[in-house]
Amino acid sequence: MDTRFELGGREFKSRLIIGTGKYKDFAETRRAVEESGAEIVTVAVRRVNITDRKSENLLDYLDPKRYQILPNTAGCSTAEEAVRTCRLAREVGVGEMVKLEVIGDTKTLFPDVAATIEAARILVKEGFKVLPYITDDPVACLRLQEIGCAAVMPLAAPIGSGLGIRNPYNLAIIIEQAKVPVIVDAGVGTASDAAFAMELGCDGILMNTAIAGAKDPIAMARAMKLAVDAGRIAFEAGRIDRKLYATASSPLGGLIQ
Amino acid sequence: MAQSDRIAITLNGEPYELAGGTRVDALVAALKMRPNRVAVEINSAVVPKAEYAATAINSGDRVEIINFVGGG
Repeated sequence: MDTRFELGGREFKSRLIIGTGKYKDFAETRRAVEESGAEIVTVAVRRVNITDRKSENLLDYLDPKRYQILPNTAGCSTAEEAVRTCRLAREVGVGEMVKLEVIGDTKTLFPDVAATIEAARILVKEGFKVLPYITDDPVACLRLQEIGCAAVMPLAAPIGSGLGIRNPYNLAIIIEQAKVPVIVDAGVGTASDAAFAMELGCDGILMNTAIAGAKDPIAMARAMKLAVDAGRIAFEAGRIDRKLYATASSPLGGLIQ
Repeated sequence: MAQSDRIAITLNGEPYELAGGTRVDALVAALKMRPNRVAVEINSAVVPKAEYAATAINSGDRVEIINFVGGG
């Protein structure tokens, strides 16, 4: 079954977007990305280390011609910082797509909704394809869609928590309302969480810790690829209705007496 | 070059000295960075790559050079 989807004017085969943080080294990062089948990978924007110059760079391991590089604004807590980070990220030369996150609280890493909307408005005007990390709030998602974001990315649970899909009903409302892709960003712990999110009808999933933090990240990358595909195909196939009582699978007639 | 020809700037938050009149392309090269892997900001304004060769760094400038690292 065809699981392709469009994001920011580009078509992708994989609905799994993965982060590149927390891996042992760049080689492991590349292996996990390859195993996951992801075509979009997030990266963080940080100062170059001037005193300890390493010639190695993440982009030497993840070819921007092969992967859509998605710079994030992780660590930003104001709209101004996030906008500044996106402008710098674009100048590296990997395109206009950015993952916007403006953190409102360091303990929960929940987004600052007002600041996220403010930053999104500026970035859309400047021609960015904005993918905002946001709470699973249907109204916030509507506002971001109206502004012109290329997708909305509600969290399923706190970043790195692995708690899974805490509020499937909010996600269902967000998905029903959306005219742009809905990508669940953050909270997935294991493959069944990813499959569940996809079965709800979301267009894609973004995850990092669930893969990078697994005992065997490469195996988990493969599990997530399979789960995202399985969940999407199950969604398109259309699940059966839930019923309280049994319905026999075998014919009722022709029984031996 | 004489000491008096050198200027002080802030590079990625740290004090840094370089020859007066140094342009962005020369700084990037001196730090062994590749232009297609970094982005440069001077006093909070992004410097487009096409302008590296024409942009001189001035005394007191706050220069930021960023690259991509692993992140979610």
